[in-house]
Amino acid sequence: MTTLSNAANATAPKAARRMRRRLPGIGESLVLSLAGFAILFGGWWLLARSGLVPEQVLPGPDAVLAEILHLMRTPFAGSTLQMHLLSSIGRYLMGLALAVAVGLPLGLLMGWSRRVERAISPVFEALRFIAPIAWLPFATLWFGTGIGGPILIIFSGAFPPCVINAYYGAKLIPTPILEASRTLGASSLRMLTDVLAPGALPSIIAGVRIAAGIGWQSLVGAELIVVSSGVGYLMMQGQTNLSTAVVMAGMAAIGVTGFAIDVLLRLIESRIQKGALA
Amino acid sequence: MISPSTATSGPDIAFRKVSKVYGNAEGGFVALDKVDLTVSRHEFVAIVGPSGCGKTTLMRMAAGLDFPTSGDVLVRDRQVEGPGPDRAVVFQQFALMPWKTVRDNIGFGLKCRGAAPSEIKQVTDRYITMMRLQGHESAFPHQLSGGMQQRVAIARSYAVDPDVLLMDEPFGALDAQTRLVMQEELVQLSRVNPRTVVFITHSVEEAVFLADRIVVMGRNPGRIVEIIDVKSLRLSERWDELPIEEVMDLESFTHMRTRVWKLLKDTKRSTAA
Ligand SMILES: Nc1ncnc2c1ncn2[C@@H]1O[C@H](COP(=O)(O)OP(=O)(O)OP(=O)(O)O)[C@@H](O)[C@H]1O
Ligand SMILES: [Mg+2]
Repeated sequence: MTTLSNAANATAPKAARRMRRRLPGIGESLVLSLAGFAILFGGWWLLARSGLVPEQVLPGPDAVLAEILHLMRTPFAGSTLQMHLLSSIGRYLMGLALAVAVGLPLGLLMGWSRRVERAISPVFEALRFIAPIAWLPFATLWFGTGIGGPILIIFSGAFPPCVINAYYGAKLIPTPILEASRTLGASSLRMLTDVLAPGALPSIIAGVRIAAGIGWQSLVGAELIVVSSGVGYLMMQGQTNLSTAVVMAGMAAIGVTGFAIDVLLRLIESRIQKGALA
Repeated sequence: MISPSTATSGPDIAFRKVSKVYGNAEGGFVALDKVDLTVSRHEFVAIVGPSGCGKTTLMRMAAGLDFPTSGDVLVRDRQVEGPGPDRAVVFQQFALMPWKTVRDNIGFGLKCRGAAPSEIKQVTDRYITMMRLQGHESAFPHQLSGGMQQRVAIARSYAVDPDVLLMDEPFGALDAQTRLVMQEELVQLSRVNPRTVVFITHSVEEAVFLADRIVVMGRNPGRIVEIIDVKSLRLSERWDELPIEEVMDLESFTHMRTRVWKLLKDTKRSTAA
């Protein structure tokens, strides 16, 4: 949202300046984003009401909202909407945590040591072009419907941004600081925790945010196939029952949760950046 | 932490026919050309010379951060293979960690050595006081003046109590008064706790006041022009018994200073030609 409005400012500076005089700062972007939602929901509602598309194919926003409320009270495909969501989030956090725990140290070490970089880089570059969803058949063969499958898929989505951002962050630490740390006797572990990680922190946080987004997207993809609970599974069951409203309720849950995750991480990011500048 | 000084008499640091060439073999730039230098145990050696003559390069090799193209660098008869806890470095560009406070920067070396928090606290307190950094313990480097940052960098290397101190223009960013105080402090410190010091400086006065020997270097290619003994003069003229500003007024001192200046001037003229 902010990047969009920034771009708009850049391309139409005069118009933006004129608008800002009337609606200062946050107010302006809030109004604009509300307008965006109004157009989306308004158009959707009109289309659904027009009778051009049958109700089963495109339920209106009101019908989807009703379906969401219904799913929250009555179990569908085994449990309520919030329980499906919870089970998705649980898997998601496990996969993301694994990607962060492995990806960040690996990226930092690659950025620090030319040798590690030379050893890991080619393998990493080759694997990273396999889209998360392309790991699905492999994950299914290995893990069946167990927890391992979705975790592998979230991992494959969230891992690259963790590695790449940690790598570039470490590369940006001035050489004299790395040398000074070594002459002071820092072990590799100490370098990681006291020098590379804090030195690369801004880049790391941005990487984790990207990883969190990609991980969430990959997870729902994975749940369409390999599991028997979760929002993705709920949507697949909705599809089987020819209930577009259930499918769309699932989509809404995914979108809102993803958005909430991003907002939360942005908050943490600005907190840390303020702390680092203090 | 560091074993008490044993009475070995061999050199602490030895450069044997050390050359450093940057770039490829044919079009390479000779930063150092067959430099021979030994530094005895607990000796204070100052290196002076025009900018670009290879002072930093020489020191980095002793630190284990750079390696000669040919020749050997030995510390206690051992080939230098990398940095070690026996050698501490004060870098020309301070190289403080911006994300650590003054106290944590100073205590970092001890932390790396696994010292107990109480010990770290005690030692950092001592050097914070010595370096006149009281009241700035919790400040971050970017909140300090250049001179203060330099004092943090010095304190950080003192705190690990190394056998060998490698200092690259450590007082360069200090104002004249603080510089005098730091110079005296360094003399005091070496008296209480003798150690081997290699000290790069652009100030001839500083070199004459602090050093046992002064190494005068020349440029193009980087080489040693002359090594001057100051220690015997200092002992016979009893500089150690006087405060620094009085020493700097003594005829013996100014004579020595002029001698080093002349040497530096000559090397510059010869390289300019
Ligand atoms: N990594 C490098 N690549 C190429 N040339 C280098 C490199 N490091 C140093 N040099 C060159 O080697 C020479 C010696 O550099 P050095 O930093 O040792 O000089 P210095 O005597 O410390 O100078 P100053 O008094 O300005 O600090 C310089 O001419 C420099 O350009
Ligand atoms: Mg230098």
